[in-house]
Amino acid sequence: MANNIAEKRRQQEEDDEEEDGDLDGWGERNYADERSWEALQEDESGLLRPLDNKAMYHAQYRRRLRSLSTASNSQRIQKGLIRFLYIVLDLSRAASVMDFRPSRMAVVAKNVEAFIREFFDQNPLSQIALVIIKDGVAYSLTDLGGSPESHVKALMAKLECSGDSSLQNALELVHEYLDQIPSYGNREVLILYSALTTCDPGDIMETIQKCKKSKMRCSVIGLSAEMFICKHLCQETGGLYSVALDESHFKELIMEHAPPPPAIAEFAIANLIKMGFPQRAAEGSISICSCHKECKVGEGYICPRCKARVCELPTECRICGLTLVSSPHLARSYHHLFPITPFDEVTPSRQNEPHRRSQKTCFGCQQGLVNPGNKPSLHVTCPKCKQYFCLDCDIYIHESLHNCPGCESLRAS
Amino acid sequence: MTSVPSKLYSDDVSLVVVLLDTNPFFWTASSSLPFSQFLSHVMAFVNSILLLNQLNQVVVIASGYNTCDYIYDSSSDASQLGPENGKMPSLYSNLLQKLEDFMIKDEKLGKDQSQRAIKSSLLSGSMSMALCYIQRVFRSGPFHPQPRILCLQGSPDGPEQYVAVMNAIFSAQRSMVPIDSCYVGAHNSAFLQQASYITGGVYVKPQHLDGLFQYLTTVFATDLHSRSFIQLPRPAGVDFRASCFCHKTTIDMGYICSVCLSIFCNHHKKCSTCGSVFGQAQSDTSSASDLKRKAPET
Repeated sequence: MANNIAEKRRQQEEDDEEEDGDLDGWGERNYADERSWEALQEDESGLLRPLDNKAMYHAQYRRRLRSLSTASNSQRIQKGLIRFLYIVLDLSRAASVMDFRPSRMAVVAKNVEAFIREFFDQNPLSQIALVIIKDGVAYSLTDLGGSPESHVKALMAKLECSGDSSLQNALELVHEYLDQIPSYGNREVLILYSALTTCDPGDIMETIQKCKKSKMRCSVIGLSAEMFICKHLCQETGGLYSVALDESHFKELIMEHAPPPPAIAEFAIANLIKMGFPQRAAEGSISICSCHKECKVGEGYICPRCKARVCELPTECRICGLTLVSSPHLARSYHHLFPITPFDEVTPSRQNEPHRRSQKTCFGCQQGLVNPGNKPSLHVTCPKCKQYFCLDCDIYIHESLHNCPGCESLRAS
Repeated sequence: MTSVPSKLYSDDVSLVVVLLDTNPFFWTASSSLPFSQFLSHVMAFVNSILLLNQLNQVVVIASGYNTCDYIYDSSSDASQLGPENGKMPSLYSNLLQKLEDFMIKDEKLGKDQSQRAIKSSLLSGSMSMALCYIQRVFRSGPFHPQPRILCLQGSPDGPEQYVAVMNAIFSAQRSMVPIDSCYVGAHNSAFLQQASYITGGVYVKPQHLDGLFQYLTTVFATDLHSRSFIQLPRPAGVDFRASCFCHKTTIDMGYICSVCLSIFCNHHKKCSTCGSVFGQAQSDTSSASDLKRKAPET
């Protein structure tokens, strides 16, 4: 009896799910996409059905993966992992143009917010600062810092645009700040430029040379059209120049700046930095913290060199000057250094080999790799451990997990 | 990747992925708790989770010395929904059979290796598999059980797995899957302490191993929703030390390569990970600033 009820309930839930899925799909297509007919295709019997996006997405993802892996194909990977990034936002009158909806400024702000969060997720030891160009001058909105919340809050509070835009003023200001940071840091500038002109007080070429000399990597994302001066700036300083076609393209372009760029030997000087890994103080222990000079209970970290108590990581010890980080901060970046190899697609001919046919489930999630019609579906295999994975696991493994479950469950001899 | 469905589906239905440590090197050395007894505690616990809610699901993954594998999945077992047919105990003949097969396979794979310096089990492998399984559950639609991972570990940490374990922990954190851990070994496990701390799970090192079942049921049987209402053991002090790349020993102070963030326990001339050469200033200005920066530290 109970069995039957449970069975019925499950079936019902499944039905509900299907309906929900369909409705959601329709809703999006009807309202978000103006060219809804493009998302339809005809099947063998002439019925209309939504495009099979899965295979397409996967192909797209594989192309991206391959381009990434060839770019960093040299056996030793060098990445600039300690980054000091200035984001320059152009809030001149050009930012109020409505070719991006609701306006360029709103789109930029929204994506910068997402970018800041993604940036700190991928570069926990790096710092960001925000600079705004408005009325022909540039001013600093936030100083270099490692807290995403404070940047986002400051940005959202100052969102209005007016006047002309000046590339030179912005570069001069950023140059002044970036010249002071230690030599092991990667100095980067990301300019989100809406205007088609720049209104400069002096010779911008001189400024560009100055930036080049102090090893600032300047990248520009344009929102209107390609400009010679931006292209020149990026070429000279080794940055990327791109112009956004629409909002989703802009998002893609800005997110490309989140993973650490390949380190160019001359840009940042390699150095060994002495760091401490403090232990978390036990709950309930009472001590005076060195940062606020207050007596606090629990929730702190103890400097391994001088035993002073600090409240937050990463920081620098106030007493002995040791840089204090927690090992998870460093470990967050390690997948950039030990990337897993892209998986190979399994071609039908190889599937027919008798000894290969034994494995019918994905090694990661145990999902069947065989379609209902006993037709093997598209899947991939790891070139190292030769285990099979389904497409969903493939994407999850490369984009989020950064471990191959097959290789990890073999003892390396 | 499909988007992770809304976690607002607040229900007390849970999916527990149990990572069972089957490392023979640990269990033969463990005198206080033999493996058979440990297993009976765990089986009773798995049973009680399945009894708590009809829709609860348990997956058991064995992490051995040479390999990892799924040994039990309650959702693929069709008979498990009929509690009245008296089949409950025989459910586990299935599990025990698979476990035995796994142990034999594990042993076979290890035959050709003579050196036995490392005594850790393959935690990173079983964690990665568990996360893949959980992603599949997330993909299955907006209504799914709330997943969590429970590590039942006894062997010491394997420093060579550091990067892989951390990758798994961050991935679990991103998809909001807590990693609970119950460590039955002699010393605390730094990996599991960090895993539970970062993902918001519970770390417990039982004082009396005879009462393991009681620890398991009182701490780890509660679903994620009910956890906010009860007092769970709190972390006593998490070991945030890292292990260095050169000797794989745990250190609390070390040198970090500024290019790749590799950790070394003493000063090297060249980074073994990325090949950068240290201490060679490439221009005069930077060497001056180096000296200035180094002065207060040394």
